[in-house]
Amino acid sequence: MSKKPLSFFGGVNPKTGLVIEEGHSLKGYSVKGKVLVLPRGKGSTVGSWVLYELSINGLAPSAIINLEADPIVAVGAIIAGIPLVDKLNVDPFEVIENGDMIEVMAEGRVGVVRVHKGG
Amino acid sequence: MYLTKDEEALLRGEEGEAKRLAMEILVALGDIYGAERMVKVDSVHISGTSYTSCGDAGIHFLSRLVRSGAKLAVPSTLNPVSIPLNRWRELGFPERLAAKQLEILSLYKLMGAAGGYTCHPYLVGNVPRYGSHISWAESSAIVYANSMLGARTNREGGIGALASALVGLTPLYGYHLAENRRATVKVEVEAELIDALDYSLLGYAIGELIIDGVPLIAGLPSQAGLDELKAMGASMATSGSIALFHALNLTPEAGLMKDEGLPKLTIDSSMLKQVREKLSSNGGLTVDCVALGCPHLSLSELKRIASFLEGRKVKEGVRLWLFTSEGIKRLGEEAGYVDIIEAAGGRILTGGCVVHTPLEEIGVEVLATNSAKAAHYCLSLHEVKVCIGSLKECLEAALTGRWVY
Repeated sequence: MSKKPLSFFGGVNPKTGLVIEEGHSLKGYSVKGKVLVLPRGKGSTVGSWVLYELSINGLAPSAIINLEADPIVAVGAIIAGIPLVDKLNVDPFEVIENGDMIEVMAEGRVGVVRVHKGG
Repeated sequence: MYLTKDEEALLRGEEGEAKRLAMEILVALGDIYGAERMVKVDSVHISGTSYTSCGDAGIHFLSRLVRSGAKLAVPSTLNPVSIPLNRWRELGFPERLAAKQLEILSLYKLMGAAGGYTCHPYLVGNVPRYGSHISWAESSAIVYANSMLGARTNREGGIGALASALVGLTPLYGYHLAENRRATVKVEVEAELIDALDYSLLGYAIGELIIDGVPLIAGLPSQAGLDELKAMGASMATSGSIALFHALNLTPEAGLMKDEGLPKLTIDSSMLKQVREKLSSNGGLTVDCVALGCPHLSLSELKRIASFLEGRKVKEGVRLWLFTSEGIKRLGEEAGYVDIIEAAGGRILTGGCVVHTPLEEIGVEVLATNSAKAAHYCLSLHEVKVCIGSLKECLEAALTGRWVY
């Protein structure tokens, strides 16, 4: 998780799944199989294709939790089949810590997030 | 967001996976932007069609749509691509890139896209009516459709526009609503505007200052034509994310605007000079490529180029690339412009885009152009030097191989 928005285009390598954005707190970490907790995305619309490429390479995050989703990440998550939830009724940065086990259910238009502390 | 029964059925997948996916995308966008409902669109223009933007991910996704039987519900044109479709082989474009690019185009064709491969769909058959709701991608075409034609579109991305094409809908928000089309700032132009280049620089200056508002522009000469306003709009959408401008006495909605209470700013010639200096290398360079047609050249621009080149010769070793659509090239052939240009050594390229061209692989080092948009993106995406000048200055550089401005 990071409180800093992430640009998937130029910020995540679609062939390795590693975050490569200079100065980002997630730099060097892999997004593969993780639940990413981010305020929102940023940057070029090509970012949607990066999420899709991650998914065909088996490197996609398991789910994404945003404070407020942005169109680039939202569209990318839909075409890549990555569950995305936003506008939670509690602040995810207050209740989630790095390493927690997170369950995300995003069937239909209402999502549910369960947090299992300590993984 | 409210959905009709038919729209709910699309979202449940009752009309197939492609339409379900398209609806999911449009509903997500509508929720993000606070749309109350969907609106029908009668024209779509899709970007992200070049292999250099969507890559193998794009091919994979489009193949999936085609396999699921996807067909576009609305007449839809496509943006330019990474190779000039009429002569990529002759000009030494890489075979591998061409093969990938042609695969993308064949997938769009299988879905029923109308092609066009141009950023000026509004000149070649995709012409929306005043006030109609459309879903367009390609920032220069968006600003033209909104401002010059009075059609209504948001700044769609390629995937959003494709989703609209599949179901014929877009979420109703932003520039689809009259209240969001009102001017937010008044721009007084005091700069001298002679060449289309001046309009291109002016647009760039406006975009830099306003970023994402709706300018009401006063002080443009009444003879400002399609070519000048096309250049100005494209630049505004490059340095800023402007989707709509109003120009007094020139664009259809300008007369509806009130300028009372709007913040004002003034643009003079010194500001245009600053933009030109920012986007251009110094003089004294050897130019090896002159690229015109960003946005794609109109018929009147082809005529102007032909008039200049008649009886002259492009210098050996200098590429003069003129980007346009197949439709405009056909008209130029009938009029005799194309023969004159080709006899002088100019090359008319259809379906391609200088920004998406692999300039390094083709060996371009110093590129001259009359477009602030082309200069901006070539500087940020390619390892080339860029010279920006008027149409005449660029054509003179093609004859001499020197940039002296």
